[in-house]
Amino acid sequence: MSHVTSAVRTPLVTGGKTYADVTEDISRQVEGSPTREWTIAFTISVIVLLYGTACVFWTWWEGLGVWGLNKTVGWAWDITNFVWWVGIGHAGTLISAILLLFRQKWRTAVNRAAEAMTIFAVICAASFILMHMGRPWLAYWALPLPNTFGSLWVNFKSPLVWDVFAISTYFTVSLVFWYMGLVPDLATIRDRARSKVSRYIYGAFALGWNGSAKTWARYEYMSLILAGLSTPLVLSVHTIVSMDFATSVIPGWHTTIFPPYFVAGAIFSGFAMVQNLVLIIRVVFKLEDYITLEHIESMNKVITLTGSIVGVAYLTEFFIAWYSGVEFESYAFINRATGPYWWAYWAMMTCNVITPQLFWSRAIRRSIVWTFTLSVVVNIGMWFERFVIIVTSLHRDYLPSSWAMFHPTLFDISDYIFSFGLFFTLFLLFSKFLPVVNMAEVKTVIKSSSEKLPVSVSGVAKGERVANPTFNKGVE
Amino acid sequence: MSDVNGNGKFLVGIFDDDDVVLKAVKDIKKEGVRIHEVYSPFPIHGLDVALGHPRSRLGIAAFLFALSGTTTALLLTFYTEGFDWPMIVGGKDSFSPIIYVPIIFELTVLFCALGMVGTFLVSNGLGPTVKPLMYDLRTTDNKFAMAIDLSKNTIGEGDIEQILRKSGAAEVNVKQF
Repeated sequence: MSHVTSAVRTPLVTGGKTYADVTEDISRQVEGSPTREWTIAFTISVIVLLYGTACVFWTWWEGLGVWGLNKTVGWAWDITNFVWWVGIGHAGTLISAILLLFRQKWRTAVNRAAEAMTIFAVICAASFILMHMGRPWLAYWALPLPNTFGSLWVNFKSPLVWDVFAISTYFTVSLVFWYMGLVPDLATIRDRARSKVSRYIYGAFALGWNGSAKTWARYEYMSLILAGLSTPLVLSVHTIVSMDFATSVIPGWHTTIFPPYFVAGAIFSGFAMVQNLVLIIRVVFKLEDYITLEHIESMNKVITLTGSIVGVAYLTEFFIAWYSGVEFESYAFINRATGPYWWAYWAMMTCNVITPQLFWSRAIRRSIVWTFTLSVVVNIGMWFERFVIIVTSLHRDYLPSSWAMFHPTLFDISDYIFSFGLFFTLFLLFSKFLPVVNMAEVKTVIKSSSEKLPVSVSGVAKGERVANPTFNKGVE
Repeated sequence: MSDVNGNGKFLVGIFDDDDVVLKAVKDIKKEGVRIHEVYSPFPIHGLDVALGHPRSRLGIAAFLFALSGTTTALLLTFYTEGFDWPMIVGGKDSFSPIIYVPIIFELTVLFCALGMVGTFLVSNGLGPTVKPLMYDLRTTDNKFAMAIDLSKNTIGEGDIEQILRKSGAAEVNVKQF
């Protein structure tokens, strides 16, 4: 039976919730008026977005000269931000796909918010590709369009074209996975809707879902295949992003360790962002019974693991730079640690390698304040990681006469701020109009994972009919 | 809807517990009653088997769509770089499938995912304009409904109601479509 779980397992849902409680608690924020906190946060996000949008348009209007790029450092914050945002997106797919395949039930409380984060993070990442193009109205040139359309065929041998395919596929599949996961919950909201307008809108998006056994069986089968597809997909996306660098001949970039190292780093930063979002959500929407310390601790364990992998990767590439005997490669790494960007390198090492090790302590792993703080630290560190890889590898060319420093301008900073405005505006809209926790999935684990174990569990475990089920009686 | 068989009169047993409804399906079938369908707010593992639904063939559809994605990617890269505009970039051959693995992989996944989801929606009759056939609105919240098509059963309505109640149905309603 699917509902039987060992009694020694810690409950995933606290507060003795029933199925009806789940619907009520999660639907509350969708059906009610916006809270004061939401309104304030949304207003700030929209203001930031509007300011950022103006700066992005100015960047396009004036050209990329408004950025601090120079003849040596031709890539800087734009690609740093792009890789950072793509990385953040990865935790959503990891939680929804890989943990689904591993039958990790704790994922059910956080998968919806994490998947939404993926979608919005990839949108932010894509915005930096568009910005970096300089002429976004020609963005379609990156697509494989016929010669006669005005340009040559795209070069399929280029990792930048692989990126176009990888990111667009990743976005599309993640969006489909997320939306299909929403459909049963949208049907719940539809059937509870009091106004005609919301019944119509949620009804259209619920696609006529009625929860028949046949549909559920096919739905679960489809979800499993989508998870199976998304798992290699998520690995491929950051592998391909890393190839943007690895296939070049720049010292510090041209390394075979990049694909696994980038993937681990992506999951690392992604989980940190999930922690930040989920910790806010659980307080603002009063979901402490669903997103418990168990969930937070589990995610912190993933952060510790991936942070350690990233740490090993840093040391490995340093070792190989020395062991290869290539003086340019060795110089690139020694320069990272002791050159003019030493502060960025050590910020990266401190934030990504040293501080996450604090999570080995159970007390810190289960502390909300520590978790939130360290997650912010990890995200800062991962941004610095991408900055270090990109800028420190470029600012010292083979020719000392070409050496230069990168100094960000107001537009570098503002265009980055734009992405925060975009991300939080989208996330806040999601959190208001869609259920932030997957109701249907939480209902499947609540019985086996609730702290108030129902009478029916033991009876059914023996394959016997339950005469007087008490589990759902609280809602009569 | 795929599960609508014209107008009919249905007896709808409402259950409070998923374990009870799963057990009830087996009991009721033993009594010789033909169950039309069961509706639940979340998936109940084993319910489709108990109801006798055939195993989904979505996997086959997924494989075929994946194959079409692989073929498309191969044809696209071969036609463009190997035939229409052959170019040697970075010393690589004009057409070398190894270089195109990322493109082939991504299109395979894309075609597979979109094709399979499309198949799922079509085979279940789901779409933005579809009006759902709801036997009980609470089945998307906390109740489980077992629909029995009276026209497909030889046993009388009263007897079926009794069987439903004996199997654990908290209430039995009549629904006419």
